[in-house]
Amino acid sequence: MEAYEKSFLVASGAVLVAFLLALAYSVFAMGISMPGRMEMIACTADQKLRKVLRVTPPFDNPGVHETAPGKFDVVVIGQTWSFAPDNIELPVGAEVTFRATSSDVIHGFMIVGTNVNMMLVPGEVSSETYKFSRPGEYLLLCHEYCGRLHHTMSGKVVVK
Amino acid sequence: MSTPIVAESKGFELPREQLAVIRWNIIFGFAIFAIGVLFGLDQAFNYAKVDLIKDYPGIHSYYQGLTLHGVLNALVLTTAFANGFVALTTARGLGRKLNGALLRIAFWLLLIGSLLAAFAMLTGQASVLYTFYAPLQAHWTFYLGLALVVISTWVTSANQIVTLRNWRREHRGERIPLMAFMSVATYLMWDIASAGIAIEVVFLLLPWSLGLTAGTDPLLTRTLFWFTGHPIVYFWLLPIYISWYGMIPKQAGGALFSDTLTRIAFVMFILLVPVGFHHQFTDPGIPVGLKYASAVLTFGIFFPSLMTAFAVMYALEIAGRRAGAKGLVSWFFRIPWNNPSLSAQVLAMLAFFLGGISGLMNASFSMNLRVHNTAFIPGHFHLTLGTAVALSYMGIAYWLIPYLYGRSLWSPRLGVIQSFVYFGGVLIFSRGMMMGGMEGMPRRTQLALASYNLPAWHIPGIMAAIGGTIMFVSVALFFVNLVMTVAAGEEAAQGDVPFTETVQPPAQTGWEAKLDALRYWVVASVALSLIVYGPFLIAYLPPHLNIRPLQFP
Ligand code: HEM
Ligand SMILES: [Cu+2]
Ligand SMILES: [Cu+2]
Repeated sequence: MEAYEKSFLVASGAVLVAFLLALAYSVFAMGISMPGRMEMIACTADQKLRKVLRVTPPFDNPGVHETAPGKFDVVVIGQTWSFAPDNIELPVGAEVTFRATSSDVIHGFMIVGTNVNMMLVPGEVSSETYKFSRPGEYLLLCHEYCGRLHHTMSGKVVVK
Repeated sequence: MSTPIVAESKGFELPREQLAVIRWNIIFGFAIFAIGVLFGLDQAFNYAKVDLIKDYPGIHSYYQGLTLHGVLNALVLTTAFANGFVALTTARGLGRKLNGALLRIAFWLLLIGSLLAAFAMLTGQASVLYTFYAPLQAHWTFYLGLALVVISTWVTSANQIVTLRNWRREHRGERIPLMAFMSVATYLMWDIASAGIAIEVVFLLLPWSLGLTAGTDPLLTRTLFWFTGHPIVYFWLLPIYISWYGMIPKQAGGALFSDTLTRIAFVMFILLVPVGFHHQFTDPGIPVGLKYASAVLTFGIFFPSLMTAFAVMYALEIAGRRAGAKGLVSWFFRIPWNNPSLSAQVLAMLAFFLGGISGLMNASFSMNLRVHNTAFIPGHFHLTLGTAVALSYMGIAYWLIPYLYGRSLWSPRLGVIQSFVYFGGVLIFSRGMMMGGMEGMPRRTQLALASYNLPAWHIPGIMAAIGGTIMFVSVALFFVNLVMTVAAGEEAAQGDVPFTETVQPPAQTGWEAKLDALRYWVVASVALSLIVYGPFLIAYLPPHLNIRPLQFP
């Protein structure tokens, strides 16, 4: 092989290794994490998922729950075409674990301006932790197509 | 010393009836493109909060239009073009006619499949977008139609394999001509890659849409979808790479440097099929370790793409220098920019370069969390699929349509203008969509009627509308040229498919010759797929068929 070809192969290899290192750094040093394997919701084909959720913790009690001082669990159900709850109030500095699922089709769960970005898959539980250090009103929206009125599925997170 | 990348380099003509089937594929593909692109316009305006879809006759919702745009452009056009074009490059590469029956069967499967899916979409019974995530449910004709489209690619692949095998029997010990190698490798990759969607549609979605199963498994269907959904990008890209590697050097007046590097790039695409988990970074239910593993493999894909950038740019440099260019970059301006086939495809390459950078951004999952499912994503893939691929189709059409019809192009000048207009348009469009996406502007959302809005989306939305309109006008110019060529182009001798020569000829012995043992690469790729997906499937199966369907017009 020509030197020209070889040097190009080596150089592109080096670039890729550099990107991977940066990626590893972002995961381990900056503590960014993705939603991983979580529990599933036991539901059979002849049950209505919506009804099953009503008696399955934590979804039997959607809303904001303080678990320790400054720490919160926020339990949310996505359904066509709204979030329950859709108005989430938190104090500044709250460290929040969102636990969310869908009662029908796949929905999205994005809080604009934060790293909270999940898919809500029916039958699966999505979790994501985020610390709200700045006060303000954040837009919560469904960013996965979920049917005709998908564009009306939104809510807000008020941090004060 | 230079070696042509085809057998029968003195000239070769396919039988007329086979050429006719290839022509049907290409024309059908472009007809589909004409319909698909109509919806691009209202979608672009949607992001500027202007609702145009209500004026589209017979269309009930934004999402019905979006489904048509995605399915027709990304699934039907691409398959029709690849089935026709890669059949041609296989035949031309080997200097051998194809199997006529398989060629016709593939076309009919494609046609019937597309019409079934189009029926479901146009009647509002399949507004599920081109990703058709369950439990959104479409009419069964939609799934059956897509299955037939996939089967048409398998028949096309079988045709290539049969033709290659016959050629090899008569040419024992010879290297496969490079153009044929690229063609067959493209479809072998796709044979493996398409298994995911085929299993999803045939075993889960089709029976479910016929009411044979009460519920379905959203996570499993999604995972099978993305097994194919990632490497489908290679299926869009590789036919274009055949042109970039094998034809553009010739059209520019240069030559391809290395036979070996080209084959390595194609082999890497065969091996790197199973990286679909990187589309599920934000999904629950997928082990984090798998997400990391596929992130690593994903970076592997940039390698053959960088090799391509190197090889093609070097070929253009050879061309520019042959034309007398001296300086460091002046060769780039000495290539024949007045050839619309070349201008379109070189601009497509530039767009691909920009798209590659934005692709790196969303492959890293920390960035992905910011932009997943935002307008950033269509911003990105209108550079890659929407331009690198689609503008290359148009560039190829500038010689292929005259070749297939035995006429000369109506207006080469209009073609050059068209390619620059498209390129300018997509730069504005994608810049807007990506900017909006970074600010959380969602994709697949009828923003014009949404219950929410942010001031930061205002300018990006307007840029998307302006850029999208320019792209739309450019596509219209393309069709004018196409129709005028067929209807009123001057009759000309048919000519030949453009093919380059390689400066470094294929080695006859040693490890390089082993690259041609395609079956081992296929086995390796299947093994890799089993390693990545096997443990997940074993832990996950059997399917949890418990989620009920929902349908929306
Ligand atoms: C006139 C040129 C085009 C314009 C103005 C345009 C515009 C758009 C816009 C604004 C979107 C985003 C819609 C949304 O997420 O709500 C979109 C999506 C899409 N476009 Fe295009 N597009 C054009 C050409 C193309 C071409 C040539 C292709 C492929 C060959 C293509 C493939 C797609 C695909 C696959 C989607 C995603 C659909 C989905 O999210 O379900 N587009 N287009
Ligand atoms: Cu939703
Ligand atoms: Cu939605």
